[in-house]
Parts: sequence; C-alpha cells; structure tokens
Amino acid sequence: MRFYHRLASPRHFYQIAGQWIPWLGAISLILLAWGLYEGLLVAPTDYQQGESYRIIFIHVPAAWMSMFIYLIMAIAGAINLVWRMKMAEVVLVSSAPIGAVFAFLALVTGSLWGKPMWGTWWVWDARLTSELFLLFLYLGIIALHGAIEDKRTAGRAVSILALVGVINLPIIHFSVEWWNTLHQGSTVSVMGGSKMDSRMLRPLLIMSFAFKFYYGMILFMRARNEVLDRERNTSWVRQIAEGKAS
Amino acid sequence: MKSKLSLGSAFGLLLKRDLILAMRRRSEFVNPLLFFVLVVALFPLAVGSDPNLIRKIGPGVIWVSALLASLLTLDNMFRSDFEDGTLEQYMLSAHPVSILVVAKVIAHWLITGLPLILVAPLLGVLLSLPSDAIMVLILTLLLGTPVLSLIGSVGVALTVGLRRGGVLLSLLVLPLYVPVLIFATDAVNTAAIGIPITAQLSIIGAMLFLALALAPLATAASLRISLS
Repeated sequence: MRFYHRLASPRHFYQIAGQWIPWLGAISLILLAWGLYEGLLVAPTDYQQGESYRIIFIHVPAAWMSMFIYLIMAIAGAINLVWRMKMAEVVLVSSAPIGAVFAFLALVTGSLWGKPMWGTWWVWDARLTSELFLLFLYLGIIALHGAIEDKRTAGRAVSILALVGVINLPIIHFSVEWWNTLHQGSTVSVMGGSKMDSRMLRPLLIMSFAFKFYYGMILFMRARNEVLDRERNTSWVRQIAEGKAS
Repeated sequence: MKSKLSLGSAFGLLLKRDLILAMRRRSEFVNPLLFFVLVVALFPLAVGSDPNLIRKIGPGVIWVSALLASLLTLDNMFRSDFEDGTLEQYMLSAHPVSILVVAKVIAHWLITGLPLILVAPLLGVLLSLPSDAIMVLILTLLLGTPVLSLIGSVGVALTVGLRRGGVLLSLLVLPLYVPVLIFATDAVNTAAIGIPITAQLSIIGAMLFLALALAPLATAASLRISLS
C-alpha cells in the first residue's frame, strides 16, 4: 500500500519511473526480437493468404493496444475525477498520443494487409471504421488538452471526455458492425479456444506483450517529462535542472 | 440558505427565459435552418440531378446536413450565459446543475432541432424520397436530434471557456454522433424498401434515454471544470 502512495507523489514517481524505464525497454526489446523471429521465420505460411498474413503480428497487437490504452485512460480519468489524483492525470495525458499512434499503426498495417487480400487499400468495413473513429477520439482528447492553458483544468476536462468516449466506444463499435461487415471474424479468443495454429498464436501473444512493455516504457518517459513540466516551480525539479540531482 | 424557488419552477423559468431570448433574436434559429436547406440543396448540384441517385443518397444527405446544422448552433447553448456570468449563478443556485442543464438542452432543441424537423418533409420531397421514407425520416429526426443536443451539450460545456472552441467542438462531438447517424439513415433506407424498422427506432430511443440519463451529469461536471 505504501508503494502506491509513493507512486502517487510526483517526485517519487519521477525516481521510480526512472529506474523502471531501462528494464521495461530491455524486456520489450527481447520480446520484440523473439516475437518477430517466431512470427517471420518459425510460423508456417498461411495456406490461403500466403506470406502476407504475417503483418498480423504487428496489426493485431497494435489494434489491441489502441483499445487497451483507451481503457487505461478512461480508468485514469475516473480516478482523477473521484480522487483528484495528479498522477492519474499525468498518466491520462501522457497516454493519449501513444494510443493515437497505435490506432494509426493499426489502420496503416490494416490497409497494407487489405491491399493484397481484398484488393483495395480501404474498405468501409466495420472494424476499420470503428478503429478510425477511435483514432478521432484520441485526436479529440489531444486537441482539447492542447486548447486549455491551465494544466489542471485541461487534465480534468480530458478526464470527462475520456469517460464519455469509453461509454460511446462500444456503442460506436456495435452500430458500425450493424452497418457493415466484411472484416474476417476474430480468430483469437481466450475462452472458446482459438481457431489459430499455436505456432501462429504464440508469436502474436509474444508481440502483444512486447507492445505492452513498450507502452509502459514510453508512458513512463512521457509521464516523467510531464511531471517535470508541471512541477517546474518546486525545489526538487530545480535541483534536477541545475544538475545537482537526477 | 434554503431556496424559495422549487426545482420545478426553476426548471420552467429557465426554459421560458431561453425561449423568450430566442424569440427576440430570431436569426438564432432562422440562420441554422437556412444553412440546413442550403447544404441539402448543394448536393444535387454536386452529384448530378439523376433522380435515382438523389433518392438513394437523400436520407444520408438530410441527416448529415441536420447534424452539421445542429453542430453549428451548439456553441450558442452556453456561450452568452458564460460571457455575462449567468452560468456562474446556475452553479451557485441551490438546485442540481444537471437538472438545469436539461432545461437548457430542451430549450436549445426546441429552438434549433424542432424547426429542422418541420422543414425536413419539404427537403424529402425535393430529394424525391417516397412518402413512407419521409414519415420515417421525421420519426428518426424526432428521436435522434435530441440525442445530438444532449451529446453536444457535453462538448459545449468542455469548450465554453475557450476563445476559439468552434472547430475543436466539432472534432470532439462528431465522432460521438456516429451511432445516431448510422441507425437513423439505416431506418430511412430500410423503410424505403418496405421492411419494418422497429429495431432501429428502438435502438435510437434507447440511445436517447441513455443520453438523457448520463449526458446532463457529464455536462454539469464539465461546466464546473470550465468555470473553475
């Protein structure tokens, strides 16, 4: 419990995050190398899609991450609104650009995959469309945060927006699905057993863990910067700036 | 301090005040209406006058134009109250802000949403929609435009303190309008080929009640943040 209280203080967070970043980076790098090796060299060729299916090892983890990060942001937003916790705000604000990049990556890899499979870069298919709107929700959060000058006000406004967005996401997803579906059905499921060869599934899961650790690393780096920016008038930040402490 | 004004009469007074203000500045509800008609009239010019094509895109065109028109007027919802300090008085009043917000939203919908619904049949005729489809169009607008006002109120409340919130507001709100747009246009298209549409209407109705239950709370919280 004490550990969590310490994490909630910007100064301790700054130090703890600084110690964790190299470890998160190393783990993510190892997992990334392992996952790519398994995905590109070990996993068998798909009998229908040939070699081009291998982009799945980037595409699917990126799409998962884009949703996972939005969820994290909504949770951080709720924590911020209820307990006025500074660090929750920092996590929310620092996560938004990372999530947006993952959503963008999922869209780009999806369209690269769509070209050989469906014969076109873009189709107005349910999942592509809801991923696109997820990207717009991220961009809205980033834009709102940029537009409000006072950091605390911006953080709280963004918390509300993240919560409104998280209620709307399933509705948007469901309605878009009603509207049109061409996308291949989900092939990975935890409960019902996957419809995928385990040699393909393993690299997929490894890659998704690699992405998670990568997110952790980038989040901590961004959050450290954000903390420094917010606390720039305190003595401990000044000490760091003057090179007396790290 | 105990307020002498009951919640019900405060609600009624607020609604009446907004309606009177709107009647005194008629351009506030006439201009968006003209905008709505103009945008719809632009589409046949842009895509060609083939009646079949126009009939096919008609419901979508009317709905997207209604969406843009309602977006255009959203900013007025709290702007003048924010500028002259009335909004702070709402915050200080003894009544829950979320309920007062509902009165503001209803007034806003009566001023900007209802006129759109009244001219929609005319536009439906212009876009050569069959009469069944026009009936359904009106039904979906009746159920759907209040949802737009409710969702929009959250966006306005978040951006009211900003000097140039207009474009930002549309960026925040438009993605949230997607479900309403999908089900409403789907209902009109389905009705045009003679298939029952109770499912779509029920879903839009469900969205209305969900928005009515949650949006005022979010709006009230956002207003507090914007005023802090």
